[in-house]
Amino acid sequence: MADLIHMSAAELSSALAAREVSSVEVTTAHLAQIDAIDGNLGAFLHVNANALAVAEEVDAARAAGEPLHALAGVPVAVKDVLCTLDMPSTAGSKILEGWIPPYDATPVRKLREARMILLGKTNMDEFAMGSSTEHSAYGITRNPWDGDRIPGGSGGGSAAAVGAYEAPLALGSDTGGSIRQPASVTGTVGVKPTYGGVSRYGAIALASSLDQIGPVSRTVLDSALLHDVIGGYDHHDSTSIPTPWASFTDAARRGAASGSLAGVRVGVIKELDSEGFQPGVRAQFHATLEMLAAHGAEIVEVSAPNFDYAVSAYYLILPAEASSNLAKFDSVRFGLRVTPEGTPTVESVMSATREAGFGDEVKRRIILGTYALSAGYYDAYYGSAQKVRTLIQRDFAAAFDQADVLVSPTAPTTAWKLGEKLDDPLAMWLSDITTIPANLAGIPGMSIPMGLAAEDNLPTGLQIMAPAHADARLYEIGATIEALLDAQRGAPFHTLNPHFSAGGNR
Amino acid sequence: MPEITEETVSHLANLARIALTPDEIAKLTGELSAIVHAVEAVNQVATPDVPATSHPIPMENVWRDDVVADQLTTEQALAGAPDHDGSRFRVTAILGEEH
Amino acid sequence: MAKDALLDFDKALEIFEPVIGLEVHIELSTKTKMFSSAPNIFGDDPNTAITPVCLGLPGSLPVVNKEAVRYSISLGLALGCEIAETCRFARKNYFYPDLAKNYQISQYDEPIAFDGELEVELDNGDIITVPIERAHMEEDAGKLTHVGGSTGRIQGAEYSLVDYNRAGVPLVEIVTRPIFGTEHRAGEVARAYVSTIRDIVRALGISEARMERGNLRCDANVSLRLRGAEKLGTRTETKNVNSLRSIERAIRYEIQRQAAILEKGGIITQETRHWHEDTGTTSPGRPKSDADDYRYFPEPDLLPIRTTRETVEELRALLPEPPAAQRRRLKAEWGFTDLDFQAIVNAGLLVEVRETIEAGAQPQAARKWWMGEVSRTANERGVEPSTLVTPEQVADLQSVIDEGIVNDKLAREVLVGLMAGEGSAREIIEARGLAVVSDDTALIAAIDDALLSQPDVLEKIREGKVQAAGAVIGAVMKAMGGKADAARVRELVIERAAAV
Repeated sequence: MADLIHMSAAELSSALAAREVSSVEVTTAHLAQIDAIDGNLGAFLHVNANALAVAEEVDAARAAGEPLHALAGVPVAVKDVLCTLDMPSTAGSKILEGWIPPYDATPVRKLREARMILLGKTNMDEFAMGSSTEHSAYGITRNPWDGDRIPGGSGGGSAAAVGAYEAPLALGSDTGGSIRQPASVTGTVGVKPTYGGVSRYGAIALASSLDQIGPVSRTVLDSALLHDVIGGYDHHDSTSIPTPWASFTDAARRGAASGSLAGVRVGVIKELDSEGFQPGVRAQFHATLEMLAAHGAEIVEVSAPNFDYAVSAYYLILPAEASSNLAKFDSVRFGLRVTPEGTPTVESVMSATREAGFGDEVKRRIILGTYALSAGYYDAYYGSAQKVRTLIQRDFAAAFDQADVLVSPTAPTTAWKLGEKLDDPLAMWLSDITTIPANLAGIPGMSIPMGLAAEDNLPTGLQIMAPAHADARLYEIGATIEALLDAQRGAPFHTLNPHFSAGGNR
Repeated sequence: MPEITEETVSHLANLARIALTPDEIAKLTGELSAIVHAVEAVNQVATPDVPATSHPIPMENVWRDDVVADQLTTEQALAGAPDHDGSRFRVTAILGEEH
Repeated sequence: MAKDALLDFDKALEIFEPVIGLEVHIELSTKTKMFSSAPNIFGDDPNTAITPVCLGLPGSLPVVNKEAVRYSISLGLALGCEIAETCRFARKNYFYPDLAKNYQISQYDEPIAFDGELEVELDNGDIITVPIERAHMEEDAGKLTHVGGSTGRIQGAEYSLVDYNRAGVPLVEIVTRPIFGTEHRAGEVARAYVSTIRDIVRALGISEARMERGNLRCDANVSLRLRGAEKLGTRTETKNVNSLRSIERAIRYEIQRQAAILEKGGIITQETRHWHEDTGTTSPGRPKSDADDYRYFPEPDLLPIRTTRETVEELRALLPEPPAAQRRRLKAEWGFTDLDFQAIVNAGLLVEVRETIEAGAQPQAARKWWMGEVSRTANERGVEPSTLVTPEQVADLQSVIDEGIVNDKLAREVLVGLMAGEGSAREIIEARGLAVVSDDTALIAAIDDALLSQPDVLEKIREGKVQAAGAVIGAVMKAMGGKADAARVRELVIERAAAV
């Protein structure tokens, strides 16, 4: 048996089904990896003490011949934004330190129902506000490709855990790129489903109309497998889409087997192919486009003029919704309470608690959001931003008239150095320019590794976007592109990581 | 748009119930001005003829039947509370409020 | 607390014209809450009727209760409102410990119902039309209990306790437009309006509408303007008005208080005031610095509600008759005088009398019991008549009279038994031995005795002076311990006078 931690979830699933390995062995191997490297990597905030016990139960069930889900016994890491009954759920914030929810988020419940092994909770920017995971109240997470660099954010923990072979799969949440951008800078795969494709029930809300839960993995097929588990209608979430979804796993398998992009119209969004992007990222992007064309894809240039306003609209809508969503952290029912000196009132206790419990980035966005909604400013800010949202949807609709999928670099740059953008919030915010439009429009987006940037040998990501509800198209075409890139390279992308794959390759 | 002053930020902090320090207020005043200046760009294209979009995927009449479900016990409810009396959440006095 | 100066009411109305506005909150009696599937119950142990949504737990999400929407549409229609083709929910943001999420899900610029009017009948039968601006759906807050600090000073030991059982209970808030021209009857109009709404929601079966339980709450806006002035004066909003009587009193008080200030050249502060039932006064609420900045925005966790024409018509067809129209119809059907009918209405017993008649009693009998014995007993005990007996019991009581099982006098004793919960009228008659003697043999024996012991009376009856029979009837009734049907006794006395 090959090194268990380097196997994909699909491979582990087959090996478990064939009883070549036990879930206890697979889980033990991943826990050992966490034990060995996470002290430095910082991907996990909490490791599930119960993981092995659940693995034993799955093995016993399998031995007893019980019918099991394909991913039963396969480990998965969970972003700390999701509520878990048996583990603290903090969203990376001090204000929720140690809070154990009395209910499971729907995607977590579905993982348990599939009898997957929850390894633990992964680090993130506080309340998912950030692009570097440096805004976590519980310390930084390092990039598995370069320990001095950021793993992206807000889901840097999930991406780093998967990139560093601590878990084959993880859950993330994507409000403006928090799954896709970390995938891009850690050389992993991440998918933001169509808004409403995965239930948000139990996901600690950042911006309700933008948030979406999705899979993180090292291969497109693995993301499809996980998406099939967590997706689908949930009556607890009013924005959950009631129509059934086709199997994403089947779509990914079909795509990987096809080997051709003949007849596929690939739209390149002019506004997201910017001169301002890092040269190595652009070079990889254009090399990838050439490769796609060589395999039959029709490359078309499309324009989305209103994308120029996307970041502005996003940084009005997100803070506005967040300022309201985060009002519940008031020291009454859960979380931190700080009582000020003197003669405290409930009002001063709330204010002192929120002052002490929220980090700078959270406060900054709450203040901005409060401003955007306050009397007299609503129309100019929040109202206008909602209009820009309409314009961006129209741009996408026009683009999808010309193309089956749209592509761009997932992020304008590779991973930057830890601390590099901490003092410049606007610069940090601009790094989301490529991913934000999909959230504003509610459409699905995927990031897969393209290759290494020449100037720094760090991963770059290709973003693929499809129309709303067409997530299966992403998996199919994404799996084809991944297979073509792997064939060209001669190996899966993640095996190029000198720090983790050496000696572990099969 | 009107200038953002420290008074503006103080007022917003009060609305948002965050006891910002004077240093934080000073820093945020500068940052908020810069950010607001940047995001004001939305007004260049948000003309009156453009409808607003609040939900990315349009749906309507999403509701549930009038049936009890998902109840928590009092113990579960209070488990995460900073302070309680065994059945209710306890909070510091509310200044001058009528019962 | 300093005592407010008050201007004489009539004097106040000489100088100023009162303008009132009313905001009525109705708690809907759905099985579950507005946005959470927690049970909607009253008076359970604290923090038991809750889900993650009621507590605003991180990650929890609201889902609309379909039944609550239907109730709201019905109410809107009963108030003569237009029903919005599409309406939305909005978040009203403010911090308060009884508000779990620190925002209330309500409706802002797109309420479910708008532009209605309601006919309201006053004590003297006058009809006033109250214009209704809107009715919108929202959720109730939890319940705070303040402990300690009886001196009103904030001390270290003082704290508050929060129970979220009520948090999320469905509410409909009905807002009137300014009501002009009420003059000295401002308070009465307000009381009659709230009373009419109470009748409507009970008839619709969508709320218990018990003010003492807070199922129905009223905030009263009052402003004054100088006679002849066009511009409205600054208004105050009086909260905590928990009975029909206090609505009237609170408005009267505010008129007198504001008039005293204005008359001295003072200005009215726009504020929330609290009504105190015990002292009959209002006092200013906590000044809220952010009261006017709720930062409303469309609730992103919920989707618009679209109401089709078919749904509206389906619900309209199910509406009960409007109270004013129903009164006109009932008065005619029952053949009551204006005076009798208005007395029932003013006593708040229309529903009881109607249901008693529906249960089989004759209109006059139903009126007589409710307005007579039952009301008298209720008065003595200081309770509502409806808490003593049910309309069905009163109809049952009347039926035993109509069947001649008891007479009116005995029936009053049966009523006492009914009010004491001793069982049905027949069970009480049996248990208390109250049935009239319907065995003629026993009556004839008693009559013969009485006639023979009063030969002079017997003679008068035989001479055709029938009124003389009264003396004999009295004696017979006494002999029978009151358990005889007086009419039958009279018949028999005349018959026996010829026979003995």
